[in-house]
Amino acid sequence: MSRILMKGNEAFAEAAIRAGVKCYFGYPITPQNEIPEYMSHALPEAGGAFIQAESELAAISMAYGAAASGGRVFISTSSPGLALMQEGIGFIASCEVPLVILNVSRGGPGVGGIQPGQADYLQVTRGGYNGDVKVPVFAPSSIQECANLIYECFDIAEKYRNPVVILADGMLGQMMEPVELPEAKGITPVEKINEVKPWAITGTDYHEGRNVVYSLRLDPQALEDHVNDMFARYAEAEKELVRWTDQGLDDAEIVFVAFGTTSRLCAEASEILAERGIKAGLIRPISLWPFPDAAFDKIGPNAKVVISTELSMGQMLFDVKNAVRGRWPVALINRTGGMVPSSIEIADRAEKALKEAGK
Amino acid sequence: MKTVFEPTKGMIPVDTSYCPGCGHGIAHRIIMECLEERGSLGNTIGVVPIGCSINAHHFMNVDMCESTHGRAPAIAAGIRRVHPDQVVFTYQGDGDLASIGTAEIIHAAHRGEKFTTFFINNAIYGMTGGQMAPTTLIGQKTTTSIYGRTVEQAGLPLRMCEILSQIDCAVFVERVILNNPANVRKAKAVVKKALDIQDARLGFTFVEFLSACPTNWGLAPNDAIKFVEKNMADYYPVRNFKTPEGF
Repeated sequence: MSRILMKGNEAFAEAAIRAGVKCYFGYPITPQNEIPEYMSHALPEAGGAFIQAESELAAISMAYGAAASGGRVFISTSSPGLALMQEGIGFIASCEVPLVILNVSRGGPGVGGIQPGQADYLQVTRGGYNGDVKVPVFAPSSIQECANLIYECFDIAEKYRNPVVILADGMLGQMMEPVELPEAKGITPVEKINEVKPWAITGTDYHEGRNVVYSLRLDPQALEDHVNDMFARYAEAEKELVRWTDQGLDDAEIVFVAFGTTSRLCAEASEILAERGIKAGLIRPISLWPFPDAAFDKIGPNAKVVISTELSMGQMLFDVKNAVRGRWPVALINRTGGMVPSSIEIADRAEKALKEAGK
Repeated sequence: MKTVFEPTKGMIPVDTSYCPGCGHGIAHRIIMECLEERGSLGNTIGVVPIGCSINAHHFMNVDMCESTHGRAPAIAAGIRRVHPDQVVFTYQGDGDLASIGTAEIIHAAHRGEKFTTFFINNAIYGMTGGQMAPTTLIGQKTTTSIYGRTVEQAGLPLRMCEILSQIDCAVFVERVILNNPANVRKAKAVVKKALDIQDARLGFTFVEFLSACPTNWGLAPNDAIKFVEKNMADYYPVRNFKTPEGF
């Protein structure tokens, strides 16, 4: 495969097609519109199916139906759209149905704006789901990494029988980068679905007995048992899915913690700080749930301050403080509403935070 | 000895959870009898709603899934995209379909989805204990209209067959009534026709059943049947609204 220059959203759509997606259901919302646009022609050409849903509520419901009956399903939306999908995501998790959801997030709250944002951190890691539900969340920082994650996350969703969310801020969706796309896997034919998904509702001719995908358990003991089963899988996911990258932690005075676009700005800010004689390191969480607490154990003895750097009012800050466990002062460098700081702004504010931490 | 009657294999041989006099059991049985008679039990996928009939998957002997409230038609659309050759249906009550799920049912009809929706209209929310539905009749007392529904407060009841038959890609729309054996037999013939038209992939197919809810209406089963015959059928005419040519 050769590297080609692609717009993020189109690369994400193509990566999903190559992962063997059977169905995509979309509803227009900026800044992810290139995904339904691409899917509307490219997915049927690859043997799959596209519906432009009447709402995000319908899109997530269509996704549930297609996935419960055994299809690989991909959907995408942006922040307010994800809020509408949350009823469905919690329900799908309780029904133990796999699904991959891409959130190309924008500034909020409410309708907010259409410039990049990371203020969906709590929405995706804590969710608005009723009941005891966890959803693995991955936050790529490049178009290549996002495409790779989309391709891989179908296997993760199917292994854990749970929805998986990929959080890509609007910057990743709208920019162009060279990307090398993975090999096409092909769509599982209907008659093979129950070989890989014995639980799928395909019609009883295809499998032994009768399959029912359900959430309702009126017996509280049965419901508690079910939640405990889900949490046994979440405990395994917590060990297996935790991912991050780090750099320069051994001798860093400042440790940035940043995901997505912001992590790239922090890497640049570290170079600017190095020119000023200040050593800065970076922890870049790739999995937001499970959060990479273990990364913080690698921070070296020179650290004076840990800085959560975010395009929100400090939503990851909770997880950073939890991982820091009082070992270092924690500061926040942030912009919100679609404003993105420059690497110089981050460097200046980090230098100030370092001075304040030293007081 | 010659067997003159046996229960359909489409129904799992257990007691249903429905109240005495409820129409769900009858509607379940005629749908399942039709599926059995046409040899479709092994290649059918059904979607149950939120409401009393969420329990339908304990009784209907086919692959099924539950749905979020009102979203069954969107869910069935997703199933249809993965399974172009199976029989697909949704089974929905009036709170589910005519209130919270209006967008999904309208757009399933609008896209001409190739599945069948069986709509049980008993003019009330059953499972939650008898609240007013969009289909509750004027003057009907419910737990959220204790002096009787009024036009001023809640508008006039929604007639779903009349609404859906305006949508071009809804090709078969009919209202039936579950009040006596003759009409139950007629309803069964309508279910069979809807499934045949689904097989022909001509568009969206919809059957509404006028059905009793004695418990939440506060009526004895016999009086509830009379309410269906007189009050409901008066406001909701029992008839065919649309049939494609050749059926």
